[in-house]
Amino acid sequence: MNVGDLNRREFGEQLAGDGVALQFGPFNLRLRSDLDSFAAHAHQLYEPYPLPETTAICDFHVQICAPRGLRRWLRRQACFGVDGQFPFAPYTVEHAFPALEWGINWCVATRAHHLLLLHSAAVERNGRAILFPASPGNGKSTLCTALVHSGWRLLSDEFGLVRPEDGLLLPIPRLIPLKNESIDVIRRFRPEAIIGPSFLATRKGTVAHVRPPLDSIRRAQEPARPRWLIFPRWVSGAPLTLEPMSRSQAFLMVATNAFNYDVLDETAFRLVTDMVHACDCYSLVYSDLNEAIPALDELCNSMDR
Amino acid sequence: MAKVANERLRARKLLLDALKMPETLPALSLADWELLLRVARRARVLGRLESALHHAGLLGDIPPPVAAHLRAARNVIKHRKTLISWEVNRLLWALKGIDAPLILLKGTAYLLADLPPAQGRIFADVDLLVPEDRVREIEERLVERGWFKTEIDPYDDRYYRVWMHEIPPLRHRERGTEIDIHHRLLPKTSHLASAPAPLFAAARTLADPRLRVLAPADMILHALVHLFLEGDPDEGLRLRDLADVHDLLCHHGQEPAFWASLVPRARALGFQRPLFYGLHHAHQFFGTPIPPDVLHELEDAAPAWPIRKLMNRLIPLALLPGHPDHPSHLAALARWLIYVRAHWLRMPPGLLIKHLSHKAWLRFRGFRKRVDLAQLDLKQQ
Repeated sequence: MNVGDLNRREFGEQLAGDGVALQFGPFNLRLRSDLDSFAAHAHQLYEPYPLPETTAICDFHVQICAPRGLRRWLRRQACFGVDGQFPFAPYTVEHAFPALEWGINWCVATRAHHLLLLHSAAVERNGRAILFPASPGNGKSTLCTALVHSGWRLLSDEFGLVRPEDGLLLPIPRLIPLKNESIDVIRRFRPEAIIGPSFLATRKGTVAHVRPPLDSIRRAQEPARPRWLIFPRWVSGAPLTLEPMSRSQAFLMVATNAFNYDVLDETAFRLVTDMVHACDCYSLVYSDLNEAIPALDELCNSMDR
Repeated sequence: MAKVANERLRARKLLLDALKMPETLPALSLADWELLLRVARRARVLGRLESALHHAGLLGDIPPPVAAHLRAARNVIKHRKTLISWEVNRLLWALKGIDAPLILLKGTAYLLADLPPAQGRIFADVDLLVPEDRVREIEERLVERGWFKTEIDPYDDRYYRVWMHEIPPLRHRERGTEIDIHHRLLPKTSHLASAPAPLFAAARTLADPRLRVLAPADMILHALVHLFLEGDPDEGLRLRDLADVHDLLCHHGQEPAFWASLVPRARALGFQRPLFYGLHHAHQFFGTPIPPDVLHELEDAAPAWPIRKLMNRLIPLALLPGHPDHPSHLAALARWLIYVRAHWLRMPPGLLIKHLSHKAWLRFRGFRKRVDLAQLDLKQQ
């Protein structure tokens, strides 16, 4: 069953009641909300996402709700809660949806320490994955969105989830948050992309969420093996360059950019070492998606010749 | 309503049974595990359950989605252990040449002395007890060598310096780990006597002769004083501190002289009341074996019966985390009463009123401690 199998009213009632269980790759999430506007956004954007089997456990229990007590009547706000705790300052109610998405990221980043959590986008084609480790502002989400609308499968936009047992990447094909100018860049590049409403003046500027293609969501339980480490950098007006990078430099950039490299300690060292040995490493500078995507396609095709 | 009451009971029973009889955990249904994971995480005893299952050789019998959560808890604990051990190493380096006795307290002590509570416990920061007249020298040296005084508001700074038993925490510039330097176990203003000299006299030296830990009885008494007198109105009493006491009692209880010396030591330090509550509730929650004559010896440390009845009701309410989806007003009240009681014992009435009204004002202004999620660098977590 998918979210879309519930109609808008059923979905809203369940959200306001015991909550709706959703499956995002390896994690099941129980979501509750008493905010009507949020329910509308969630129903629309989460439509193709699967509901976990009723017997499965939910890893995170989150809610995005009106504040309790007097504050409820003072200002229209939304609070993100996890397991009945509200660790963050409230948002204006209009930003409830992006707040929830950030909240889920926070849950993964602070709790999923059974996996190595790289700060990286990841896409796959023909069983081989590209990791794009990068800091915010380097065009990682934009590039990733363009690729998954050009025949690549989305593994993840934010977290490179590495399973310690075999070094495979676990997909977590959640919505991709685009910021500011990137939203129009993608609208021009792929007019057919499904993009949710723009949330204006959030704490990260304007944010809109892209829904990944159906194939990526359906194949969310299919892990992939990393084959390339590509460090992207968007530079306005720059000509395309895709240059090999030394493994030692790639190692440092992956390790220092991970969420929990230090928590996994020796295991993390081994996993990143193996990954760097198994991957070709490049640095990519781009300004135009119409140049960058064919270059990455070519990299992939050259393997099959 | 009946459904909510049943759910609360289920959460409570799951946690208590898990702590007392971890060997029964493999028989748990997934639905029960889901609730237990949430409650145990809130009480910060997930690592303890993992460690108990590991030692019983039962981890393989736990369903994989549950085992992932337990493994995550273990990885974090292992990492914190590495950080804390390294911080103590750096501390010794920084304090080279300062010949003051350094007594490690709480988690740091359990870890460095290799005591049972260290196994599944989460470690937050390094706690040290040093003679009061050496505090300034130690603080200055640490500040010279890379630690800095955390920024706190002037009220809190004054609160620490004038009334407390510790100085504001120091944090290392690069590593971020905090060091709490204590010069006694309770605030200067407390009703309970807390002259630290006997603690230094009885402390035991570790393999590195510069480091010490409290003597067994003192270590347990400190854990109990910390449990009952350092509350947080939201969190309540820390169940994990009582778990430490259980582990320490089981461990030290094997030394023949231990039980005979415990009650006299508590009386000498003025901590017989916390010991009374501690033994009673450790037995209640963990089934700690306690010799009957020790309980008998402590009978006169019990409060008058109405208070005893009331505390018997309040302490479990404040110790248990409650159901994450069905918070109870009664439990919130119990946590608050226990918090006020702790402060009552920590400071004289005039000061208490002044202090609690200041805290209440901060709470009313609201969300002071909450951080902004969007600006948060997730990697800093």
